[in-house]
Amino acid sequence: MIGGLFIYNHKGEVLISRVYRDDIGSRQAADSAVFSSSGPFPGERLGGSMRRNAVDAFRVNVIHARQQVRSPVTNIARTSFFHVKRSNIWLAAVTKQNVNAAMVFEFLYKMCDVMAAYFGKISEENIKNNFVLIYELLDEILDFGYPQNSETGALKTFITQQGIKSQTKEEQSQITSQVTGQIGWRREGIKYRRNELFLDVLESVNLLMSPQGQVLSAHVSGRVVMKSYLSGMPECKFGMNDKIVIEKQGKGTADETSKSGKQSIAIDDCTFHQCVRLSKFDSERSISFIPPDGEFELMRYRTTKDIILPFRVIPLVREVGRTKLEVKVVIKSNFKPSLLAQKIEVRIPTPLNTSGVQVICMKGKAKYKASENAIVWKIKRMAGMKESQISAEIELLPTNDKKKWARPPISMNFEVPFAPSGLKVRYLKVFEPKLNYSDHDVIKWVRYIGRSGIYETRC
Amino acid sequence: MTDSKYFTTNKKAEIFELKAELNNEKKEKRKEAVKKVIAVITVGKDVSSVFPDIVNCMQTDNLKLKKLVYLYLMNYAKSQPDMAIIAVNSFVKDCEDPNLLIRALAVRTMGCIWVDKITEYLSEPLLKCLEDEDPYVRKTAAVCVAKLHDINAQMVEDQGFLDSLWGLIADSNPMVVANAVAALSEISESHPNSNLLNLNTQNINKLRTALNKGQIFMLDCLSNYNPKNDRKAQSICERVTPQLSHANSAVVLSAVKVLMKFLELLSKDSDYYNMLLKKLAPPLVTLMSGESEVQYASLRNINLIVQKRPEILKQEIKVFFVKYNDPIYIKLEKLDIRIHLASQANIAQVLAELKEYATEVNVDFVRKAVWATGRCAIKVEQSAEHCVSTLLDLIKTKVNYVVQEVIVVRDIFRKYSNKYESIIATLCENLDLLDEPDARSAMIWILLESFLEGFHDENTQVQLTLLTELVQQMLNLATQDSDNPDLGERGYTYWALLSADPVKAKEVVVSEKPLISQETELIEPTALEELICHIGSLASVYHKPSNAFVEGSHGIHRKHLPIHHGSTDAGDSPVGTTTATNLEQPQVIPPQGDLLGSLLNLDLSLPVNVPQVSSMQMGAVDLLGGGLDSLVGQSFIPSSVPATFAPSPTPAVVRSGLNDLFALSTGIGMAPGGYVAPKAVWLPSVKAKGLEISGTFTHRQGHIYMEMNFTNKALQHRMDFGIHTPLAIHTPLMPNQSIDVSLPLNTLGPVMKMEPLNNLQVAVKNNIDVFYFSCLSPLNVLFVEDGKMEHQVFLATWKNIPNENELQFQIKECHLNADAVSSELQNNVYTIAKRNVEGQDILYQSLKLTNGIWILAELRMQPGNPNYTLSRKCRAPEVSQYIYQVHNSILKN
Repeated sequence: MIGGLFIYNHKGEVLISRVYRDDIGSRQAADSAVFSSSGPFPGERLGGSMRRNAVDAFRVNVIHARQQVRSPVTNIARTSFFHVKRSNIWLAAVTKQNVNAAMVFEFLYKMCDVMAAYFGKISEENIKNNFVLIYELLDEILDFGYPQNSETGALKTFITQQGIKSQTKEEQSQITSQVTGQIGWRREGIKYRRNELFLDVLESVNLLMSPQGQVLSAHVSGRVVMKSYLSGMPECKFGMNDKIVIEKQGKGTADETSKSGKQSIAIDDCTFHQCVRLSKFDSERSISFIPPDGEFELMRYRTTKDIILPFRVIPLVREVGRTKLEVKVVIKSNFKPSLLAQKIEVRIPTPLNTSGVQVICMKGKAKYKASENAIVWKIKRMAGMKESQISAEIELLPTNDKKKWARPPISMNFEVPFAPSGLKVRYLKVFEPKLNYSDHDVIKWVRYIGRSGIYETRC
Repeated sequence: MTDSKYFTTNKKAEIFELKAELNNEKKEKRKEAVKKVIAVITVGKDVSSVFPDIVNCMQTDNLKLKKLVYLYLMNYAKSQPDMAIIAVNSFVKDCEDPNLLIRALAVRTMGCIWVDKITEYLSEPLLKCLEDEDPYVRKTAAVCVAKLHDINAQMVEDQGFLDSLWGLIADSNPMVVANAVAALSEISESHPNSNLLNLNTQNINKLRTALNKGQIFMLDCLSNYNPKNDRKAQSICERVTPQLSHANSAVVLSAVKVLMKFLELLSKDSDYYNMLLKKLAPPLVTLMSGESEVQYASLRNINLIVQKRPEILKQEIKVFFVKYNDPIYIKLEKLDIRIHLASQANIAQVLAELKEYATEVNVDFVRKAVWATGRCAIKVEQSAEHCVSTLLDLIKTKVNYVVQEVIVVRDIFRKYSNKYESIIATLCENLDLLDEPDARSAMIWILLESFLEGFHDENTQVQLTLLTELVQQMLNLATQDSDNPDLGERGYTYWALLSADPVKAKEVVVSEKPLISQETELIEPTALEELICHIGSLASVYHKPSNAFVEGSHGIHRKHLPIHHGSTDAGDSPVGTTTATNLEQPQVIPPQGDLLGSLLNLDLSLPVNVPQVSSMQMGAVDLLGGGLDSLVGQSFIPSSVPATFAPSPTPAVVRSGLNDLFALSTGIGMAPGGYVAPKAVWLPSVKAKGLEISGTFTHRQGHIYMEMNFTNKALQHRMDFGIHTPLAIHTPLMPNQSIDVSLPLNTLGPVMKMEPLNNLQVAVKNNIDVFYFSCLSPLNVLFVEDGKMEHQVFLATWKNIPNENELQFQIKECHLNADAVSSELQNNVYTIAKRNVEGQDILYQSLKLTNGIWILAELRMQPGNPNYTLSRKCRAPEVSQYIYQVHNSILKN
């Protein structure tokens, strides 16, 4: 299991160090520590020295390494270091055992989430300011290197920045039942005057297209995020236009199949929040759950078939002699004219030896950003079934560099008010047998947002 | 409140300041001071000298302060064990605090203080906390047992903590269950000799029920279980598949591991098998949309899966498209997987991509892409043409490092000789670009090879010149002008060979070229199997077995994929009936092949005759309990009696298998040669209402027999002993009459560990009562005939067994010489070698027990000295003691 956890700043200085297991750090160091405690030189090597070795090894071999980081897992002297980086901060989990690697990374991500939930951005300043809190959290979410409950909601009930208020016994057991409980994600006795829920279908559409317009790979990874403000312990059932479900149901009424068949989508795979009963999904493909209070991610899914690609990018690059490039890029929007795409940004990479750029565009604003080696073209809004164009002349400095320009792909960002996968929410039913409100009394909101993931066209 | 200030005040005099502040009267001040101390520790400075002052702060009701103090204690207790003792009292007190958070905190911290002395005090409060009313405390206590085991394993076993842990598995609270499982599996892993985590059906069911919570540990634990038949494997798979939709990638990978492992057990043409294969693909693909670190871990695992079962992902090659902003480690990994998945169907697509990658910026990636192109040519024969032309295009770019990679071209030439000579011209043009030794040597090889092919077409003079020039010049250069001894020596060797024996020389130099591997960096199959068992773990990320990077690897037993037993559903027979019978007979006696496995409670399915490491380590030595259990079979005697020598009065219940076991030879024809201990009185007549049983054990023709003598010692004549056994004893037994009975035993049943190990519990039933007694069976009856080890094997095994497993004994007052000893020990103890060192005779002996445990012994004898030294090595050191007793009694006899 995880033997210890360290947080470093970009210089490799330790901000947090918490050791869970004795085994990390070399045995010799441990011996010498014992020795020096009785010897004439108390000080430097005592206590801390055991973990010091591990701490230093990571700094020297990973943070200060000359080369690019070759792997997020590093093995140094039989000690394994897992690291993730958040802005300038390195989080490293250390172990000497054959641990579950994915679990360690999941834990590190979770750790980042928890910290962000407590004090916002993960930065050196914030970490230093909250180091006591972080130690407290580390004590709670890892025990002997085993990840424990790290749901922020539950943690916040008993670890606060202000320090704990004195609690009654009932409050305490409520806390623990939430930390450890059967339904760890929701506490009893929640009441709202207005029962309301919000569903957001958030999708990011990913594309890799060849210069000729051939789709090399495309997929949508989507999330259904739910914000629930419901009283009691509501039992919810979520339905969408999943092909498998609709075909199953449609068997009885033939005409409905043909109608809805077109709209149903094939989901390649999906994963759920821990509140969803997986066995039920596996057997009946129905999604039923008792939701946590507030916002949570109900499910993630992935589709690859029949994706609506909201934009098409048509690049045209011409090399005019050795010192000039002509670039023309056309973008076409491919959705209902009544809908509006927003925050459109096209990024056209330019060679490293670019000396000057002239751009002409019909719509929006375009700028050459030398620091990013790209022309950035921004359009605020664009309706469906429209077309827009940019052309640029790029002047190059002559070089004798033999290496060809790698021609990175043209990438695009946008936001559209529909789900590119075609997913539709069919229903979300709420049952609360104990309290007297019914499904009809719940106010429900659904919203679809499609964003660009990695949306690239090679040129 | 900005705590960052604590990081900056690092003056020299701070220790004194801290001390003063820690003893301040105001609570707030003290808290600030402790914070400062923690900050100083983090920076890496030593503040152990304030230990006493910190302990003073421990008595507080402020939870926050308490946590900080505990944090300090965890850091420094080890270096100051004496001081740490002071803190114990307040720990014990906190364990009974009404506030459950404090209770949990105290238990948690106590376990983290790695001081031996503290653990003594820990045990009682820990036991209490394991049964705490609050789940939060219980779950903390469960982990604490694992911590305690780390410090003092003996104590955990002695004080019944393990039972408590098993109890917690049935807890109503999921978190408690998860931690209990985690603790149990950790303990069992560090402790190969204990069979405490024996995954029997009951426990597995417990785990399966708990599985709904989707815990990684449970899945990992479950994967260690080897179901007996495919039916069971399937039912576990059914429970595990839903977990593939879990949002946590670690859960998904662990589920994949379980499924990959159990797939081995399912028969290949069942529908379920194929459905499972289909179900595996989507979750693996989904892992690719995670963050890059998890993606990397997943990719490394997918790499393994693709090698083991390429069919799972063969449709999904698109997923492994390299994205422009992928970190380099992901790019390389994806490339690798793409080559594994390349086939005739998708080769065009793959090649187009590879060509694209070759124009990238990152040098390593580009080189790998070029290399991959060459690999494709070798792997997919139809595409060779296409690949070569792609390579040619790449060479024409004249980018140095691209051209260097044409090493792969050499392999293409070797595979398809005479086909792509046209490429040579282009290669020659770029000769100057090659500056790496590998590339240059590849180039020379290509040139020479192609040149020599045209050798016959040249005219004789050219041929001769060439030959002389080549041989002479080269040899001269190599032997005279070179400083490199390797080169020089090889040159001389050739020279000598040529001048002495040209035929030999030809053999040596023109040897077969090694085969070109079809695949890239394929992992060797057995290693692959082991790695598959470790999916999700670090081992699968490194692609190395865990002992390559984990210290103290002797504690880790190797895992193997289970082997599909065709026997359970024999071919054509309707599956339904066969499996049904299997279910009805949970205690069915395993087939011979399973002997070892079932004995060890682990269905290892290894070849029995190989003393595998794993079997040795797991040799949780239960030679006897096991054997006799199967004798019991369906006996009506309650199961708490492990062995009974009295099958039920209604013989119909005894199943046919058991009847065979009781096939009996009533006479006591003692086998000559084998040592037999004199009979001892096992059941004195006083205790058994007049029946006296004495007996001993023998080993004849590969079977173990229990020789018994029943005597009616009752004084009154009217007491008859009707002994109802299948032994066909002439009943009734007249007073003072005695009868000899021999009962064959076997060692096939389930195992229970006895104390002492060779303890055998027996029950006898006659028309008066049921009597129980126990007797010690000498181990020599368990020695088997094939206990003779080969010389080499003996040596290797002796070295392999760690020294701590060696035990030395003195055999006193024995007056035999070496030869006499070895003949004396002839009952299945084999003398491998005899040596005479410095006047001492040394005998090396090997023997093997029925459950496959090998014991190696070294016997030193000094002529004239009646005391022998016996040192023995065995993977299961518990046995040694008993073997010694055997030696002792045999030799003295």
